[in-house]
Amino acid sequence: MWRRRLTCLFGGEEKRVDSRTIHAGRGSSPVADAFPQQKFCDNRIVSSKYTIWNFLPKNLFEQFRRIANFYFLIIFLVQVIVDTPTSPVTSGLPLFFVITVTAIKQGYEDWLRHKADNEVNKYPVTVLEDGKRVGKESEKIKVGDVVEVLEDETFPCDLVLLQSSRDDDTCFVTTASLDGESNHKTHYTVPDTVKDVESLHATIECEQPQPDLYKFVGRMHIRRDGQETAVRSLGPENLLLKGATLKNTKKIYGVAVYTGMETKMALNYQGKSQKRSVVEKSINAFLIVYLCLLVSKAFVCTTLKYVWQNQHGQDEPWYNPKTQQERDTNLYLKMFTDFLSFMVLFNFIIPVSMYVTVEMQKFLGSFFITWDKDFFDPEVQEGALVNTSDLNEELGQVEYIFTDKTGTLTENNMEFIECCIDGFQYKNHKFLTETDGLCETDGPITITLNKAPEELEELFLRALCLCHTVQVKESQPVDEIDGVVLDQVDGFSPSPEDQCAFIASSPDEVALVKGAMTHGFTFIGSDSKSMKIRNRDNRVEVYELLHVLNFDPVRRRMSVIVKSESGEVLLFCKGADSSIFPRVRKEEVDRIRVHVERDAKEGYRTLCVAYKRLGNEDFARVDAELREARLSLHDREEKLMAVYNQVETDMILIGATAVEDRLQDRAAETMEALQGAGMKVWVLTGDKMETAKSTCYACRLFQRGTELLELTVGALGEGEGKREERLLELLLEYHKRVVHDTPPSKTGLHRTWSSPGQDYGLIVDGATLSLLLNASPDGTGSHYKNLFLKICQSCTSVLCCRMAPLQKAQIVRMVKSSKGSPITLSVGDGANDVSMILEAHVGIGIKGKEGRQAVRNSDYAIPKLKHLKKLLLVHGHLYYVRIAHLVQYFFYKNLCFILPQFLYQFYCGYSQLPLYDAAYLTMYNICFTSMPILAYSLFEQHISIDTLLDHAALYREVAKNAMLRWGPFFYWTMLGVFHGLLFFFGVYCVFSNPALLPSGQVFGNWTFGTIVFTILVFTVTIKLALDTRHWTWINHFVIWGSLAFYILFSFFWGGITWPFLEQQRLYFVFINMLSSMSAWLAIMLLIVLSLLPDVLLVALRRPRGRNTRQVLPRSPLCFPSIPHQVFQIPPVSHLHAHISSFLHASFLCISFLCPLSLFNSAVAG
Amino acid sequence: HPRDVRTCETNKHRTGSSGEGTTNRPDNTAFDQQRLPAWQPVLSAGIVIPGFLLVGLAFIGIGVALFVTSRSIQVLEVSAPKGFPPLAVPPTRGGPVFLYYGLSNYFQNVRGYGCLAMTTSSGGTCPRCSPSSSCAPYQYDQNTTIAPCGSVANSMFNDTFTLYQLVNATRKTVPLDGKGIAWWTDYNIKFRNPPEVDGSLAAAFNGTVKPVNWPKPVYDLDPTNPANNGFLNQDFLVWMRTAALPDFWKLYRRITEGEYASGLPAGNYTLEIQYNYPVANFAGRKSVIFSNTSWMGGKNQFLGIAYLVTGSLCVVMSAVMLIVYAKFNSPDEDF
Repeated sequence: MWRRRLTCLFGGEEKRVDSRTIHAGRGSSPVADAFPQQKFCDNRIVSSKYTIWNFLPKNLFEQFRRIANFYFLIIFLVQVIVDTPTSPVTSGLPLFFVITVTAIKQGYEDWLRHKADNEVNKYPVTVLEDGKRVGKESEKIKVGDVVEVLEDETFPCDLVLLQSSRDDDTCFVTTASLDGESNHKTHYTVPDTVKDVESLHATIECEQPQPDLYKFVGRMHIRRDGQETAVRSLGPENLLLKGATLKNTKKIYGVAVYTGMETKMALNYQGKSQKRSVVEKSINAFLIVYLCLLVSKAFVCTTLKYVWQNQHGQDEPWYNPKTQQERDTNLYLKMFTDFLSFMVLFNFIIPVSMYVTVEMQKFLGSFFITWDKDFFDPEVQEGALVNTSDLNEELGQVEYIFTDKTGTLTENNMEFIECCIDGFQYKNHKFLTETDGLCETDGPITITLNKAPEELEELFLRALCLCHTVQVKESQPVDEIDGVVLDQVDGFSPSPEDQCAFIASSPDEVALVKGAMTHGFTFIGSDSKSMKIRNRDNRVEVYELLHVLNFDPVRRRMSVIVKSESGEVLLFCKGADSSIFPRVRKEEVDRIRVHVERDAKEGYRTLCVAYKRLGNEDFARVDAELREARLSLHDREEKLMAVYNQVETDMILIGATAVEDRLQDRAAETMEALQGAGMKVWVLTGDKMETAKSTCYACRLFQRGTELLELTVGALGEGEGKREERLLELLLEYHKRVVHDTPPSKTGLHRTWSSPGQDYGLIVDGATLSLLLNASPDGTGSHYKNLFLKICQSCTSVLCCRMAPLQKAQIVRMVKSSKGSPITLSVGDGANDVSMILEAHVGIGIKGKEGRQAVRNSDYAIPKLKHLKKLLLVHGHLYYVRIAHLVQYFFYKNLCFILPQFLYQFYCGYSQLPLYDAAYLTMYNICFTSMPILAYSLFEQHISIDTLLDHAALYREVAKNAMLRWGPFFYWTMLGVFHGLLFFFGVYCVFSNPALLPSGQVFGNWTFGTIVFTILVFTVTIKLALDTRHWTWINHFVIWGSLAFYILFSFFWGGITWPFLEQQRLYFVFINMLSSMSAWLAIMLLIVLSLLPDVLLVALRRPRGRNTRQVLPRSPLCFPSIPHQVFQIPPVSHLHAHISSFLHASFLCISFLCPLSLFNSAVAG
Repeated sequence: HPRDVRTCETNKHRTGSSGEGTTNRPDNTAFDQQRLPAWQPVLSAGIVIPGFLLVGLAFIGIGVALFVTSRSIQVLEVSAPKGFPPLAVPPTRGGPVFLYYGLSNYFQNVRGYGCLAMTTSSGGTCPRCSPSSSCAPYQYDQNTTIAPCGSVANSMFNDTFTLYQLVNATRKTVPLDGKGIAWWTDYNIKFRNPPEVDGSLAAAFNGTVKPVNWPKPVYDLDPTNPANNGFLNQDFLVWMRTAALPDFWKLYRRITEGEYASGLPAGNYTLEIQYNYPVANFAGRKSVIFSNTSWMGGKNQFLGIAYLVTGSLCVVMSAVMLIVYAKFNSPDEDF
């Protein structure tokens, strides 16, 4: 967590000062003393939680804030203070173990954070001190230092730009890692400081740090010898933010204003809130049940104890008189301590070690994701990345997938596909980059059935070459002659296909320029005044760039005004069809509209190109207006907009372009698999509806038969007032159609493939969504929302287009908090997806082209979308099954561990005598039964990986937390009760005659406990063995090893008189037990009897899974069976299920009834 | 060559590891890829049904053996004995016969009761050392250490039994063997007496007093056999092995000598009981049991019956499963 360090040298009263004064070039400032010296933090970034010194206390404090740990601590303290049946070691040791393991894990993670911090903090920077360049570590930068930053370096702190190597006193930066905008932004130097950075004497007054990235207010007082102080105002255009990267500028100097944790980046870093998985919630619910069980057990025992003691002679038989202390104690106090003692005695029912095993399972298990070679992408040269191991099992529970479009479903790799000039189609014969990375310049490769007039064609291509803000990377050697131009997209290694050093705010522009190149017109470069292109005749044309009418999302177009060599003034405009068509002469529109619409349908991003000749007087007028608007102080934006709109009229449409954003590799297959697995895929994109829709079709999210429901501005029509009514109308209509007309059984997750039900798809856009979500607060708002949600949930796919990043998060939150709180997963690659990645239960980052922001904020990062399939269907499924089984098994094994001890209280006068020896009590969870379940939870593959991949529908088997619902929990609990009863009363019956040795000698209570314990250890271990479907050598090793270890330990523990033990309770108990044939037979009988129902169940359940589980995996000889059998449970297995449950129930009955009678008589007696 | 120029060695410090090249590639080992060779057992009908049958038959076999053995063990129980109860002993097969005393509603397994300070056993040198506080309230008797301390020792069973055979109206004493009634390890290793002082055990216990309820001190428990004194008294050791349940037997004597070694001859016997041990005030009962043993120990019908029931259940299950599979399964079922 990025913690705002309050210790950061801000005293109380200085905090209130709302501006700070900084002496630029600190060292050389002679007037520094004239100002009260303010203290600022150093430039250290601290994301780590602990230091060596505070690690222990702080970590302990945080660990004991967890309810489970605190509970164990209390139990431990009770054991230490009160006279309890078991020694404090029995709960102290496991607790110590848990705390230590967790501390080591957290310490390791913090060490990694320290390392990452150090990497940033120790990064070498150059600082000017006394006019000399001094190398420093980044963390040593102080406020007021003048820092030198070279091209492609990130700024080490927030700087006010003083000097740039560019002639025009500007520099370019990208802020991709801050806000995800990968375009180049221009920042300006403070006027008058340019010449003399070394001898600069200046004071900067600016506001105290605040997180808004786009706000900065300050003043700079520049002193020069013999001149009066010049004051310059500072704005956000002068401020370079930490985390941004310098581009296209050789070097800059800037003065540090905010450092370390006070930089805007650090202030903006939202701490990732801890995500808790649904399994963890289940654990907590079960924990409460067991806690109630524990308390009620202790309560029952305490009550019965005092009831029993009221009987004549039982309170204090002569053979066991009370001590003086016991007599003196107050009755109620005694009851209370008895209650506590029972709590302590039974506290093992809440498994301490479960937490550590779960933690270990998650931590170790997540390595399998990192190690998976299928996630390795040769292009990125990386595999998957696991940022948190807490959510592994959540990957198996996903119900809703929210995916970004650009960069996630598509490659964000724009390709010029075709253009249409004057109604004639020009299709690229080949993709320009597929051969050898070369852009051909020796002639256009086009199939032109009918050609437009040549001059129109050239005009169009010139327009493409001129109407943009693309820049050619300057540092390139002059090899444009060869046509080799290197692409540079935001610091990412370009794919070998497009090595072109064009820099642009949008990849579309690059694609267009490159597209023009294939047709013979190459953009060579520009400076602030002119643009150069090489035409088909290999002649360089120079255009004077007069004005750039910048792109903005409202106008949705941009224009340039250039003057050709012949002195002609031309305006070129390109933009979305909807914004161009009304502004051109009508006659051309129709011919081109056909193409544009067809292209949009195909999933291409389309733009229209138009031009206009400006006469001299026209231009003079426009020029004057533009200048005036630019210089105006008030409402500059509005005025500019008005002029733009006025200029961009009466244009002549020349043509349109189509750019393809190719689908990611196997995107459709992945989406189909995910839908087959019962997940609903929602596409949330900022892109426009037509494009997004076609992408959805391409990804097969919408199928041909899918009926599309639209909730868009278009569907709602114009007019502010009517919109809401119309919206409600539409909602009601769709709701009726989708929800009511479809039988409920066929909707939702359980819709089988065979069902002929109509598929629905929904399209919503941002404007409608905000109308929906922000509708009038009086009741109707939530009504809208409910209707909308119901419609959404009944649709197979939902497309939300024109979404702002925050709206994406809003949608995720809406679904997340809807009824049944489904598990959501967000997948995205850009900074605009961060909000939804953080919002969803599981956030997946694609290691795409738009920076690492998404990856860093994600829980898991994968190189490509296609990896999502294996991540969810295989890893998620397996992790879920593993951990669910782990949790259930843990509760089960502790229930049947402690139940005999509870029952024993009825036969030992409620005196809290433990049934088992302290060593067994302690070791049971730590040594004897912990390893097999850990191995199971790491290696189990109840269904093989290949089968899981091939049959997406298997994912539905574990959907909705299937293995951790109350049903299975009840089953496991009953199993635990059954086993516990069987163990205790079985041995009880055997002990009706304690002379179990042929020598006539009798066994005592410790032998009784040891027999029960032996049965217990063997039964729970073999039970796990029965559940294990995938026996690697590790499973064999730990399962048989655990049993062997138990036997060896028992021999050892009972074979030696331990000097530190006061009572050698177990001395030779185990060995003596083994010398009794009856004990052997009893152990064998009870193990077999308790496992019989399970064997039966496994055997009878088999036919159902047969098709998918056993036959298919890796056996080339077997025919894969028909997948639909997976869903249609054959009638046979219905019967089997019935029979098996009946048998199981009857088993339970038998085992209950037989000892219960004994139990009753015993209690009565 | 310019074509090979890559411009993107930038952001080294931002992307960190991305520049490391192929070292990022995950290892392609079976372990890493979760493709370790694995045995995937299938509990098919072909295994389960014969398995159940086999287990069932085996269990029935064991059950029959246990049942028969258990039936052959003869037990003669005398409840609430007092004075000279006459005993008519039927012909017994197999000896030796063991004499047990039984106590019911007697909670030897109460926490705090079972405690015995083992300072005496581990090393056995220090009977005068301050005994463990768990011995309270029988820790000190007027500030002198009690040896052995604790309630359990204090309440040691002290009825004595003598068995007579009535032969022609004369009483013939049946020799009772008090050796070997405690666990061998208890007698030889776990418990130890303090080293004798001047050849006298009594001197070793100098400075301690006898437990309050005892008529005689620990070093004088068995006047007839000096090796059966101190902590190493067999009756004491038997008593100290606390019973698991409130109704229990404890071995009193073995009948191993002479004509009685192979079982009590049929006839009339009488038992002389010296009644010392009070049980009435806690509603307890005493009994005396004569029993012989077999390989399975004493008589216990439960095990035999349980084995028979479980075995038959298994057989029935396998039959049911057979029917189910034969009736409902497709012909391609492989069993």
